[in-house]
Amino acid sequence: MRELSLHVLDALENSVEAGATSIELVIEERLKADTLEIVIRDNGRGMSPEFVRQVLNPFVTTRKTRHVGLGLPLFAAAARRCNGDLRVESEAGVGTTISATFQHSHIDRAPVGDMAGSVMAILLSDRPVDIRYRHTVDDRQFELDTAEVRKELGTVPLSHPDVRGWLQSVLTEGLADLRPPGLL
Amino acid sequence: MPKLKTLDDLKKVRENAEKDLKVRLETGTRIIVGMGTCGIAAGARETMHAILEELQKREIEAHVSTVGCIGMCVREPLVDIEQAGKPRITYGNVKPDMIPRIIEEHLIKGNVVEEWAIGRLATRE
Ligand SMILES: Nc1ncnc2c1ncn2[C@@H]1O[C@H](COP(=O)(O)OP(=O)(O)OP(=O)(O)O)[C@@H](O)[C@H]1O
Ligand SMILES: [Mg+2]
Repeated sequence: MRELSLHVLDALENSVEAGATSIELVIEERLKADTLEIVIRDNGRGMSPEFVRQVLNPFVTTRKTRHVGLGLPLFAAAARRCNGDLRVESEAGVGTTISATFQHSHIDRAPVGDMAGSVMAILLSDRPVDIRYRHTVDDRQFELDTAEVRKELGTVPLSHPDVRGWLQSVLTEGLADLRPPGLL
Repeated sequence: MPKLKTLDDLKKVRENAEKDLKVRLETGTRIIVGMGTCGIAAGARETMHAILEELQKREIEAHVSTVGCIGMCVREPLVDIEQAGKPRITYGNVKPDMIPRIIEEHLIKGNVVEEWAIGRLATRE
């Protein structure tokens, strides 16, 4: 995929399909240490140990519409290409954690890309899900917890057109502040 | 601090939204975008973004939601439009530059863009 944010979207979509109602997404970019780490932790149905062991094999999928699952193998290949790795930890009935690492400056590392768009795509999912998203670039930090937003909104759904606009601008502007012109 | 300001904004959004929430939920148009791996790889996120932008630009109110893989991978990105009393229409291979025309003809004029429609499901009551 041409952006890391598309791999993230794909993994978030897996969490939603696994019935998660709450997802924690952490992206940490450490420029001096030259690392980029992405962690996605969900409270979905999880996987058995045997399933986890084979989940990076593209011929393993529980989908019925197609016989290959590509999401995680592609994400893992992207990380490994950049001196990094992807790990899957999961417990049936509890949840799943995906952690991917990259060498930040690696020539093959795709740009982070439109994280605002990826988070929006999940927040607009027809299955209600909350995301706690924290993104750091060295000591700059962005954080959005949609459970808090929901509390603030009462009965108004996140998908309401005005809320949609609010979320989009909070994400876009907040993430832009992580990379002021001149940095990177 | 920008954070306080945005939370204030949110309160205003809530106050305005609560007034007409019922009407909106009951009579609205629903637009559904497929967001499985194939959809994502084919540009579904950008298609969704174009839909949100066009709706905002034209001040049209519609419910936009995303769903996982529907199993028509070669036709991704897939966009469904559902309106009360009309068949649900599926558009295939929808790129962002096709969105203005779909919104103009389907949502505003009420005509299906036949050349891009690949499916149609019976009326929702
Ligand atoms: N967060 C998760 N929680 C529970 N199960 C998961 C999770 N992520 C992946 N899985 C399981 O691993 C399988 C493989 O995932 P992967 O993303 O590689 O392919 P897929 O989702 O099946 O298909 P594709 O992503 O190509 O549309 C899934 O079918 C699902 O059973
Ligand atoms: Mg997947």
